[in-house]
Amino acid sequence: MSEGESIEIRELFKIFGRSSAKYIDAIKDGLSKPELQRLHGQVLALNNISISMPAGKIQVIMGLSGSGKSTLIRHINRLVEPTSGSIVIDGLDILRMREQELRQFRRNRTAMVFQKFALLPHRTVIENVTFGLELRGIKWAKAREIGMSWIERVGLHGFHARYPHELSGGMQQRVGLARALSNDASILLMDEAYSALDPLIRTDMQTMLLELQSELKKTIVFITHDLDEALRLGDRIVILRDGSIVQQGDSQDIVLRPADDYIARFVKDVNRGRVIKVDAVMQPAPQKPDGSLPRIQSGATLETAAKALTNSTFDRAIITDRGSRPIGAITLRLITASLSSNPEVPLEAAPASVGAGA
Amino acid sequence: MNIDEAPLIVMDWLWKFPQLSDETLLAFKKSVDGSFRAFIRAYGDGIEAFFTPLNKTLVFFEGLITGTPWPIIVLAIGAFAWFASRRWSVVAAAVGTLLAIGFIGLWTDAMKTVSLVFAATIFSVGIGIPIGILMSRFSRFSAVVQTTLDVAQTMPPFVYLIPVVMLLGIGRVPGFIAVVIYAVPPIIRLTDLGIRLVDREVLEAADAYGCSRWQKLWKVQLPLSLPTIMAGVNQTIMMALAMVVIAAMIGVQGLGLNVLQAIANQYFTLGIFNGFAIVGIAIIFDRISQAYGRRLQKHRGEAHV
Repeated sequence: MSEGESIEIRELFKIFGRSSAKYIDAIKDGLSKPELQRLHGQVLALNNISISMPAGKIQVIMGLSGSGKSTLIRHINRLVEPTSGSIVIDGLDILRMREQELRQFRRNRTAMVFQKFALLPHRTVIENVTFGLELRGIKWAKAREIGMSWIERVGLHGFHARYPHELSGGMQQRVGLARALSNDASILLMDEAYSALDPLIRTDMQTMLLELQSELKKTIVFITHDLDEALRLGDRIVILRDGSIVQQGDSQDIVLRPADDYIARFVKDVNRGRVIKVDAVMQPAPQKPDGSLPRIQSGATLETAAKALTNSTFDRAIITDRGSRPIGAITLRLITASLSSNPEVPLEAAPASVGAGA
Repeated sequence: MNIDEAPLIVMDWLWKFPQLSDETLLAFKKSVDGSFRAFIRAYGDGIEAFFTPLNKTLVFFEGLITGTPWPIIVLAIGAFAWFASRRWSVVAAAVGTLLAIGFIGLWTDAMKTVSLVFAATIFSVGIGIPIGILMSRFSRFSAVVQTTLDVAQTMPPFVYLIPVVMLLGIGRVPGFIAVVIYAVPPIIRLTDLGIRLVDREVLEAADAYGCSRWQKLWKVQLPLSLPTIMAGVNQTIMMALAMVVIAAMIGVQGLGLNVLQAIANQYFTLGIFNGFAIVGIAIIFDRISQAYGRRLQKHRGEAHV
């Protein structure tokens, strides 16, 4: 199994249009996107993007349509050429690659899952799943063995001889995922992979991806326009708007400290109980913790903590790390206050007031 | 100068198109015709020698088909219909039509026509598909070929037959060339179209998984455009059949020649018989190739997408 590799994107610009390179300096000097389009007929798709994606994590890139997220993900395997900037994968500058090298890179180190599945309609499920292996010149018997095991893993047992059109959307995307995983690439690029699926199936597929990832530890770049999906899957999240980065961070940063009104509007409707972790809102642990208090492990969500407290006779609990050492405390009042997204009640203030009463 | 004549002289160009003088035109036509004749005198033998292998192939092909006992031909076409369509109705229609053509005494002529059409179709597909592939890849080449095909499809066949007949005389080879020029445009156009219609996202997936150009062509573009290409093959066969009467004017034997004789001598029944024989052959090939095309489509479940 190839585990993930890190991806470093530095000062990436992409302008769509003829001889776009000469407008880079103007953009760097502050020419705006609408002006560029009006004066020169060029479209600024990505504006000064720098992201460092750690190895073996799920990096979510979120944005609405037209934000440049699909263009960005296509730079990682160079389906789109940047106008300027650098992309370094595990120390290797992929923009320097010649055609042949790039092909080998795509065959061996990246795999991609597409929004509309992009399966080959004239091939059966197993022939689709082994497509990448076939391009790498792996013998059919071996490829079939690998392909069948992944078909099994994504829950398509018994469907290997069917054609894509005989399957539902969710099943087709399982084929897409199996095709990507068969390649055993270290980087998995998922371009709105679940956006075309029904909500329930989408949740199933997210669960499956998280389960697989806990074992595979690939670097996954996941594009979505759905904030719930981003918060659920993303170890790290980048939010794009009009080709620029608005905010980067983990799910806690995005929900608790939205960078601007645009993100705050998104975050408003999020189920905070399922996203915010106790670590983000807990108070300092008391000097001599009461041994009878319930204990909640670090990393639990507020929802879990609230359930644990409601089922006990206490209104406060001790937060412990993995080694069961107390690292903080939480109360039901604190949880309730944190669930409110009202910006007038800053979360930093909440622990203090509750702490005084305790 | 007389005052009354002046306006007439002034307005002369308005009533008579300002064309080249008759002498100039005549000289021009003479010199082009003359140099073409000189070209034929100088290189005619060489060009004929160049086409000799083609002529031999056509003669061999015709000999093969007309020399085979009729039950074997009927069986072979029946089997071909079965493998292409997997439907007994198509097989029955094909065999029935062939037997009817034989029954009215046109077996040998029909086989001569079939052999020419078959050879022309194979040749057209053989050169048409590669040209179509190149067109889909290079847009400048595509523009040139499109224009050439427009000319080939609208130019009256007799016009391009003049130099061919001057070069090669009358017979099988000029007939074959005329049929190919007429029949090759659809297969070229539809191959080009089929490849261009392949889903963009599927092509992107092929790139993302590291396809080389050849792999993309063989594993993605051609299989996915096959139904459209088959429609092109079907059209090519139909065009080739439509040409057999005109080809008969330059010495191609078969059903077309009978039609020509029927026109010249006003033999109504002979014309009808031969006309229907051509239609019958056309229907056989059309149904077989269409059924094959549909079978390819069914594989892909086009209706769902």
